[in-house]
Amino acid sequence: MIDLHGYGPRLFEGAMITIQLGVLSLALAIVLGLVTASAKMSRSWVAHRIGTLYTTIIRGVPDLVLMMLLFFGGQIGINQITDALYNHFGIDIFINVNEFVAGVITIGLIFGAYMGETFRGAFMAVDSGQIEAGRAYGMNHWLVFRRIRFPQMMRHAIPGLSNNWMVLLKTTALVSVIGLSDMVRVAAEASKATREPFTFMIIVAAIYLLIASVSEWGFARLQKRYNAGYREAD
Amino acid sequence: MDALMTWLEAQLADNSIFTLQTLGYYGEGLVTTVQLVVLSLIIGLVLAVPLAIGRGSTYRWVSLPIFLYCYVFRGTPLLVQLYLIYYGVVFVDGIQETWLWVILEKPFVPALIAFTLNTAAYTTEIFRGAIKSTDRGEIEAARAYGMSKGLMLRRIVLPSAFRRALPAYGNEVIFMLHASAIASVVTIMDLTGAARFVYARFYAPFDAFLFVAAIYLCLTFGILYLFRYLERRLLAHLKPASG
Repeated sequence: MIDLHGYGPRLFEGAMITIQLGVLSLALAIVLGLVTASAKMSRSWVAHRIGTLYTTIIRGVPDLVLMMLLFFGGQIGINQITDALYNHFGIDIFINVNEFVAGVITIGLIFGAYMGETFRGAFMAVDSGQIEAGRAYGMNHWLVFRRIRFPQMMRHAIPGLSNNWMVLLKTTALVSVIGLSDMVRVAAEASKATREPFTFMIIVAAIYLLIASVSEWGFARLQKRYNAGYREAD
Repeated sequence: MDALMTWLEAQLADNSIFTLQTLGYYGEGLVTTVQLVVLSLIIGLVLAVPLAIGRGSTYRWVSLPIFLYCYVFRGTPLLVQLYLIYYGVVFVDGIQETWLWVILEKPFVPALIAFTLNTAAYTTEIFRGAIKSTDRGEIEAARAYGMSKGLMLRRIVLPSAFRRALPAYGNEVIFMLHASAIASVVTIMDLTGAARFVYARFYAPFDAFLFVAAIYLCLTFGILYLFRYLERRLLAHLKPASG
């Protein structure tokens, strides 16, 4: 049996943090992605420009640099805001940027840009006649989105979504650098303490592969569901 | 050159963070980053070509190990691979006494190995996709000419596969540039390492990280334009005819 030198429970907690971080960032990224896609397809020149600027900058800068900027810079920025609040209005609050929140926000922000591209392509794949039909029924914008655009768009979005999730999952490893005890950090500490890097790093690698395989299966199920009514060409 | 330096120094005289010294750190970091990325990309490319050919082999004992290699290296974070190689090398018993230690002592080589293995795995998949999408008619024509397998690969399959792989490979190059920021985690003074140093010294996260982000952005655009130029040159025959 593999000897974990008592690091087993901490490694398990780390794995849980990785999964929570991944799922929460994915949720944020999907919301941001939908907003970005709408902004980029919008007729408003300003919204289009902002959407393009966001995706260009995020995709041009390394994840780790963005994460450090948000984590280290975020605390100072928030302190300046709270200081100003205290000095001008006498409101005394203290907000501590926690590594987990910083991680979720950064990863969500990064993948929101990638999701935006995925969703934009998927939205454009929905037949515009469908949307016109919805309007003709007297549906408002939101109802058209919820009942017509979203369900049909997801069919085209899922392959890209699944890809982005796989990359996002691997990006969560970076939070170990800003001090969050995810499984990579626990494994790195354990490797140094026990001088057995192979044991711990291979376990962590195996857990990542396991999560990836399970989610691949999940996405295949989801794809099948959203493909209902369409037949694959042989 | 001296005139330029004095001019630069005068420009920076009022700036407490971006002095000639800190700019020097960024400059050295830029050199390290470029070295790491270019070296790992070149070695990875050289490894990926035979691997991609082997990946499509009908012999399972050839294609299966390559498939597993790609699956593992594409499915796990680069940071884990880097730690595995970095710590793995350090803790091998007795390695400190051998000649290998002279090279492996610095974190540059373990990082280069990790980056190379990672990019080789991704590039293998890119090439495999390009090789697989070769037009059947081209292969049949080559066979009809009596070409051997090797000759067919060299003259027909690979040249067109490389061209088709170009856009995806451009993305991989940008991905590698961004991934190289991880090198700073194992104490390498690359661009990100320089930014972390400046941040720690002056406690100025915005200056330190926004500056380095701008450098990365410029590098990314440089790569983007280079590949766009290459695509225009090499993929000109695939463009839809203009009316």
